[in-house]
Amino acid sequence: MASSYKDEDGHISVKKPENTAFKQQRLPAWQPVLTAGTVLPAFFIIGLIFIPIGIGLYVTSNNIKEFEIDYTGLDPSSPCFNCSQNFSWNSTKPCTCSIPFYLEQPYESNVFMYYGLSNFYQNHRRYVKSRDDSQLNGNEESLRKPSKECEPYARHDNRPIAPCGAIANSMFNDTLELFYSDPNGTKTQIPLTATGIAWWTDKHVKFRNPGGNNDNLTAAFQGTTKPINWRRPAYELDSDPENNGFINEDFIVWMRTAALPTFRKLYRIIQRRNTMVPTLPRGNYTLEVVYNYPVRSFDGRKRMIFSTISWMGGKNPFLGIAYITVGSVCFLLGVILLFIHHKYDNRNNNPDISSN
Amino acid sequence: MTVLKTLQEQWFPLPVPLHRKKKKTGSAGGRWEKRRTEEERKVKANDREYNEKFQYASNCIMTSKYNVLTFLPVNLFEQFQEVANTYFLFLLILQLIPQISSLSWFTTIVPLALVLSITAVKDATDDYFRHKSDNQVNNRQSRVLIRGSLQNEKWMNVRVGDIIKLENNQFVSADLLLLSSSEPHGLCYIETAELDGETNMKVRQSVSVTAELGDPNNLATFDGEVVCEPPNNKLDRFCGALCWRDKKYPLTNQNMLLRGCVLRNTEACYGLVIFAGPDTKLMQNSGRTKFKRTSIDRLMNTLVLWIFGFLVCMGVILAVGNAVWEKEVGSLFQSYLPWEPPVDNFLFSSFLSFWSYVIILNTVMPISLYVSVEVIRLGHSYFINWDRQMFCSQRNTAAEARTTTLNEELGQVEYIFSDKTGTLTQNIMSFNKCSINGQTYGEGTDRMGTQPKRLDFTPFNSLADPDFSFYDDKLLELVKVGDPHAQEFFRLLSLCHTVMSEEKSEGELVYKAQSPDEGALVTAARNFGFVFRSRTPGTITTTEMGRTVTYSLLAILDFNNIRKRMSVIVRNPEGRIRLYCKGADTVLLERLHPSNQELMAVTSDHLNEYGADGLRTLALAFRDLSEEEWEVWSESHQFADKATDCREDRLAAAYDKIEQDMMLLGATAIEDKLQEGVPETIALLSLANIKVWVLTGDKQETAVNIGYSCKMLTDDMGEVFIIGGHTVQSVRQELRRARERMVEMSRARDGEKREGMEGRAEACFMGNGFGGGPEGDGGGGKPLQGSSFPSPPSSFMDSISGEFGLVINGHSLAHALEADMELEFVSTACACKAVICCRVTPLQKAQVVELIKKYRKAVTLAVGDGANDVSMIKSAHIGVGISGQEGIQAVLASDYSFAQFRFLQRLLLVHGRWSYLRMCRFLCYFFYKNFAFTMVHFWFGFFCGFSAQTVYDQYFITLYNIVYTSLPVLAMGIFDQDVPEQRSLEYPKLYEPGQLNLLFNKKEFFICIAQGIYTSVVLFFVPYAVLSNSTQSNGVPLADYQTFAVTTATALVIVVSVQIALDTGFWTVINHVFVWGSLGSYFTIMFALHSQTLFRIFPNQFHFVGCAQSTLLKPVVWLTIALATAICVVPVLAFRFLKLDLKPQLSDTVRYTQLVLQKRRKPAGRSLGGVWRGAGSVSESRLGTRGGSRRSGYAFAHQEGFGELITSGKNMRLSSLGLASFASRHSSSWIETLRRKKNPHTPPSASGDSSPAPSRASGPVPPLSNSSSVLGGSQETPIEEETVTEARQDVPTVSCSFGQPAASGSARASPPDDLTSAAVRSHGTDSPGGWTLSLGTVQEALFGWKGTEVRVDASDNQESQHVAMETSQAE
Repeated sequence: MASSYKDEDGHISVKKPENTAFKQQRLPAWQPVLTAGTVLPAFFIIGLIFIPIGIGLYVTSNNIKEFEIDYTGLDPSSPCFNCSQNFSWNSTKPCTCSIPFYLEQPYESNVFMYYGLSNFYQNHRRYVKSRDDSQLNGNEESLRKPSKECEPYARHDNRPIAPCGAIANSMFNDTLELFYSDPNGTKTQIPLTATGIAWWTDKHVKFRNPGGNNDNLTAAFQGTTKPINWRRPAYELDSDPENNGFINEDFIVWMRTAALPTFRKLYRIIQRRNTMVPTLPRGNYTLEVVYNYPVRSFDGRKRMIFSTISWMGGKNPFLGIAYITVGSVCFLLGVILLFIHHKYDNRNNNPDISSN
Repeated sequence: MTVLKTLQEQWFPLPVPLHRKKKKTGSAGGRWEKRRTEEERKVKANDREYNEKFQYASNCIMTSKYNVLTFLPVNLFEQFQEVANTYFLFLLILQLIPQISSLSWFTTIVPLALVLSITAVKDATDDYFRHKSDNQVNNRQSRVLIRGSLQNEKWMNVRVGDIIKLENNQFVSADLLLLSSSEPHGLCYIETAELDGETNMKVRQSVSVTAELGDPNNLATFDGEVVCEPPNNKLDRFCGALCWRDKKYPLTNQNMLLRGCVLRNTEACYGLVIFAGPDTKLMQNSGRTKFKRTSIDRLMNTLVLWIFGFLVCMGVILAVGNAVWEKEVGSLFQSYLPWEPPVDNFLFSSFLSFWSYVIILNTVMPISLYVSVEVIRLGHSYFINWDRQMFCSQRNTAAEARTTTLNEELGQVEYIFSDKTGTLTQNIMSFNKCSINGQTYGEGTDRMGTQPKRLDFTPFNSLADPDFSFYDDKLLELVKVGDPHAQEFFRLLSLCHTVMSEEKSEGELVYKAQSPDEGALVTAARNFGFVFRSRTPGTITTTEMGRTVTYSLLAILDFNNIRKRMSVIVRNPEGRIRLYCKGADTVLLERLHPSNQELMAVTSDHLNEYGADGLRTLALAFRDLSEEEWEVWSESHQFADKATDCREDRLAAAYDKIEQDMMLLGATAIEDKLQEGVPETIALLSLANIKVWVLTGDKQETAVNIGYSCKMLTDDMGEVFIIGGHTVQSVRQELRRARERMVEMSRARDGEKREGMEGRAEACFMGNGFGGGPEGDGGGGKPLQGSSFPSPPSSFMDSISGEFGLVINGHSLAHALEADMELEFVSTACACKAVICCRVTPLQKAQVVELIKKYRKAVTLAVGDGANDVSMIKSAHIGVGISGQEGIQAVLASDYSFAQFRFLQRLLLVHGRWSYLRMCRFLCYFFYKNFAFTMVHFWFGFFCGFSAQTVYDQYFITLYNIVYTSLPVLAMGIFDQDVPEQRSLEYPKLYEPGQLNLLFNKKEFFICIAQGIYTSVVLFFVPYAVLSNSTQSNGVPLADYQTFAVTTATALVIVVSVQIALDTGFWTVINHVFVWGSLGSYFTIMFALHSQTLFRIFPNQFHFVGCAQSTLLKPVVWLTIALATAICVVPVLAFRFLKLDLKPQLSDTVRYTQLVLQKRRKPAGRSLGGVWRGAGSVSESRLGTRGGSRRSGYAFAHQEGFGELITSGKNMRLSSLGLASFASRHSSSWIETLRRKKNPHTPPSASGDSSPAPSRASGPVPPLSNSSSVLGGSQETPIEEETVTEARQDVPTVSCSFGQPAASGSARASPPDDLTSAAVRSHGTDSPGGWTLSLGTVQEALFGWKGTEVRVDASDNQESQHVAMETSQAE
């Protein structure tokens, strides 16, 4: 049949639709069907993959040592009880308390020291947005004119706050120091590394001091005021110019808000100095806390955590257990389905149906 | 028809695809509004100033809605009338309030802008085409009489009151009052196909005073004034008066030429413009069609409301949470995070939090839902338009989806209402067989031989019509040798008719028959050497076997419904007077001379045979009249003719007197050619549980006849009830009796059945789908109980097994449709397998459709081709127009159009099924993915102080619905297929889920939602549990917000991608590209958004700098994602597998079979189409050898009165008339007579004698659909170990006693190895054979009945039988 013909008016009329696979809906296609032959092996394979992974994860996680001290000081017997009782943001005199503890196991390799807060809503919407990334990136204009998002911590005494916003304002400012008490009674301070605790991009891209590489941070911050709760302005956070101002790593770590109200943040790293000696040998230690950060008002808790690290990170028993569980369930499902399939299969596996 | 197609564009320039809203009438509408007060119209010819006063609409039509300036505001205004759009605008405004805004403004404005602009582009395109076609129509030229001279004027410049000259074959440009014409008596002929769909020509006549005016010079001075009704849409009515020279002349529709008509056979005419442009009846009729919504649309709207309610609930819960939190925790936390200034207490904070959560959670009902649905539908519409198998090469018409909003409803149709003429039939009559002097001729005679050769008439007869086909050379030989009977037979056919001939050039004859039957008969005579050449009022000239003979025509004894015959009395050149008569056998056979007894018996047998074949029969007879007899009768005739009172009756009596003692010549059988594949289509549709009702304006006989020939009615039917009562009471009684009888018969049958197999019957009824699902049952069943009839219980429908037919007449239908009878009618009619309503008016057609819509709650589809079907097409859920020979009205009103009825099976079973399936899968997945996405925020709310903090990055929220997950699901919604197209035609039962609304309903919706919520729980709590305590390998904790966000988002994208991969059943290249592309785009875009480059430019906008790298490089994150994915997918997989394994749907089974087959023999290729088509071609040679009841009917479709028109000579050109004096013989009132006779109250045909009596029930042969519903049964029953074996024993029995082909197995003597082998083999294998056999049975049932004949033929050739079976099951 001709695909078109001329009608009276002489113009070509409707064309026969093209015979293409697309238009005729005949595109070659893969048509997967859930058959026993595909589904059951899939279950077994998932099971077989997940269980070993889970076991591996669980073992790894179990090999990680973790030690935690709650130093909030709610309990009257706690050394920090007094500090927590008397302390508020406005007090000027630092309160110190020291907590002795005993490590039963030596900690090999690097040890990571965290502070942990509970019931602290760093993920609250108003809290999360209360920052000015432009200012933190060293933008001069934002330094002088913080974003509206920072309200009510944008200006103080008619001067712009640097860094502005609720996050910065509430920065964790306890100082933790660790002392090892030798069996012979001497107390040695354990050196804590304060750098290398922030994300590389945060340290090198996201946070920039105003005035670029200007050594004179004080001048760069001229005309701004410190956040209300801070004791020192931003440019006095550290003596090291590479760790001062907005690129102070403690500050950066704090600014990376937590997803959940109970969180921990990396505080210090205890580098392993000597391959022969454990980083933290078994023994008595004292944690010296300069108690600056009040959490009692909102029922918060403060913790200090030591942890070693494996290839997959810190202690995380959940992942291993979850993998083992899911793997086993899959395997079991596979068995059950296989049984059901054999016993009750309603589907004809015989292709003769329409070829007879 | 290409002409029609172009016409359609010219007249109705609204392609209007994809309209989401009720179209507001544009500015034109506004104008109508303004002038609705017009009570009468005054038009003065040739007086523009006078007419200007009334500000009548000009002839410029404007269907477009916008212009360049108004487009933006008007379109936006229209779009914001859409609730969804306004809702999103509201959200946008909420987001601009900083205290509330939990998301940036662009998360809403981007999708909203996208949606608005897509719609705007579409609207603009539509409007552009409207502008274009408006311009084209408006700029057509017409000849207008201005200041005494004819000038060319554009159509748009024609004004009311102008006088226009029309020439032959021109379109009428406005509604004109015919003033004068080139033809005598101011007559002119028009074709009104575009207007009312009727193809036959109509006559219009001008008022006699203006007819005399003639030429432009006189007309220029014509200053008559017309006072008439205001513009309206009644095509057949016009009422007004012409005042001229102080005289008043009444005007009727007979004087009007309406816009859209075409002038034919008239050199030129002049008309006065009465209505122009939008006031014309054509434009008034093209009213906006009612906006149709699909049931899925309605469901979707309900669900959207529910979702909105759900959203509010979530918002309230979270707001309460917020209040508690702010009171208990937040207030204490104020030293770190003080309340924002306007907030001074927790209550206000929670109020704000509510709105914040409304904003965040609104993604459960994303704006992209509506757009996606439209895009999918548009895609499906294009597939329909592109389908080559729905392209009719004869007419060069492709199928067209004229609305794009209804596609998925095509997969849910339960009732089809079909017109007959032009829809089921081609409206082509072919002279098929004849019986001459006791000998039958026609194709049936050489059944045993090969395909009979078509006779070539040209060597024998140069005047033969090359299109005529006949296959029996014996008849031609008979004529050639000069058999007197054969010659007289054809002579009668060449003389006794009212056909007009036109001889354009020597030998090129064109017959203008008033009814196609007559045309066929005269053409047959022409080809057999008796050529009707021309006629004058008093003569008929023929060429008989090459010799020109002129008969003088003495009288035409015209046809009417009661007489059912017509005769002519002619005097041949030798002077012998003879009466030739043709008519319905019932009438004619009793008027024969007693000497015909023997011949009559033989001919009667032939007539029976023809009737069984579904042919329309006529008996032919003649009578010799002596001169005296003629004289006497002529006088009485003239007396009767001149009588003033009871003229009709007197004439009839006079006719009756002379049509006696006739000699039988023979009988003709005309095939009312069914469209190709109609019986097969109807059979297939009924196997798919779709009920086909025929609603026709035709006579009962014709309708029933067609019912039989297209196998709607069969002789195997339990009974065909005929409702023909004239009073409410009788109709009620007839309906009740029918129902009682049905119950009775099905009880009897059930008894038989129960002996064979218990319990199975129930499954059968279920499968029969009378219930139409629980909802349908509620609709049909409940009101039944409430009403007053005693006998049928509420489960009446279910208790009916067996097949019944119902034929109801128009006048009975009128009673049946009365309020208190409706139910009675519905319950009876719905229990019948086939329903035929004849003699129904267009309005009744619509009423019947509405009735079913109201009581059965089923999806209805109306298919028709003529203007009389428009109402039905508009009121049905889906209207299908056959773009056939009749006009384009039906097509214009329709939602889908194609050229042949048989495409309906493809439209429904393939496209509709797929559309429904795809839409359902799309919706399920769409709701799932959005719940999975959004509900994470809800869980997070409990951990972030109900502060409306989002889990994800705001860019992710913006892009999730429009980029990351839109395309795969669109691809699935557009391309997915569960089973290949051939399969859905092979197993019509696959259509059932759509009718029962199984794939997407509230239950399915809740399952999706539940799955979505489950996924969201997993997606939140798995990362929560894993990340909260874990650290990276460099000691940095992973529990920061950004890592958490990226992990959750990535897990979400991967889980929903895996899910769509599971849902997609048909992976084309496009699906692969989209699924993998979406995943790829997610990672690409994320890395881009988290890149340093962007951060350096906008540090305040891209907080997530470096997050992607640092997160996705962590093995823990990937372990988390893998874990979450596994937990989400494994249960789904297990559940689906169990469902497939234990309760497979038919489609699953078919699909599985397909897979197994493919694996077994890859190279088998696609030859399946052949099975179906092969079977189709076989059935072209009609079966029906069963010898049925006699269904002869006088098949004339034409009206009476044309005999008078001919003898009056009015319709003949003066030139060809020869004798001008004839013109005045009859009074000029013939038109009046004609009109009077055309009046609606034509006497109802006395039907009693010719009604079918198909009670020849051939034993307990169960209906086709039952045999197929075995399938439903075996598939539904949960088969336990024991019942499996039982089923194995049952099924063969079932198939033997049920499968119709098997029942007629006695005829199909030998090869038992096709069906039964299926049984045997499935026994042998270890598989429960239930459905195997059922599939076989379906196939058998489907092909069996068609194949009966073939099988009988083939039975003597076992080889070929095998081959046939092979091929038919190759796929």
